[in-house]
Amino acid sequence: MKLLYFAWLRQKIGTAEEDVTPPAEVTDVGGLIDWLRSRGPAYAEALKDERVVKVAVNQEYVRRDHKLNPGDEIALFPPVTGG
Amino acid sequence: MIRVQREDFDIGAEIAALTGGNHAIGGVACFAGLVREMAGDAAISAMTLEHYPGMTEKELARIEAEAQARWPLQDSLIIHRYGRLEPGDRIVLVVTASAHRQAAFESAMFLMDFLKTRAPFWKLEDTGEDARWVDARDSDEDALDRWRKAPA
Repeated sequence: MKLLYFAWLRQKIGTAEEDVTPPAEVTDVGGLIDWLRSRGPAYAEALKDERVVKVAVNQEYVRRDHKLNPGDEIALFPPVTGG
Repeated sequence: MIRVQREDFDIGAEIAALTGGNHAIGGVACFAGLVREMAGDAAISAMTLEHYPGMTEKELARIEAEAQARWPLQDSLIIHRYGRLEPGDRIVLVVTASAHRQAAFESAMFLMDFLKTRAPFWKLEDTGEDARWVDARDSDEDALDRWRKAPA
């Protein structure tokens, strides 16, 4: 699946996008975030406060229990500040 | 209509284009957002707006459709810029047109309130010495409550 990061999440993680294949036990958004945190200190730091991590799957806002599919485009970003 | 663009826009020309030839329109409301020179106590020299291409347009279209379902609008327009902007530059434009003023005023506020909390844009403020991401404000989220309480 394709991961996208925006704003300070992109800066802290150090990349704008990456293709990942999480282990089979990762089935939903919450599980994906837990797994990402285990990938290194940059991920753990960027994702330490879940209240400021918004998630969109295939460009739609989703909750943590949203189920994932292999072809999904998953974006992680801070609360938005446009307008 | 939705436009996400790097370029500036001409407010008068946009309103004229939106309303031209439609004589059912009796009221037009317009909100334009500009880059403020101050961010709290710090003067900013520039601001960079990042967005999520694709999702941005989807969210704006969804918000606009919601406004058109709630109010009897003749037409509406949302323009949001991205990229590097300086104090005084235009960031966002919302225009709503209806037979009467109430629908135009209310729907313009609704569009801005939802845009600020749903459309995937992020502001990076540059003070000349350092750059910092703008924090989301609780008051922006609170502003949505009035629309949840209001009858659809």
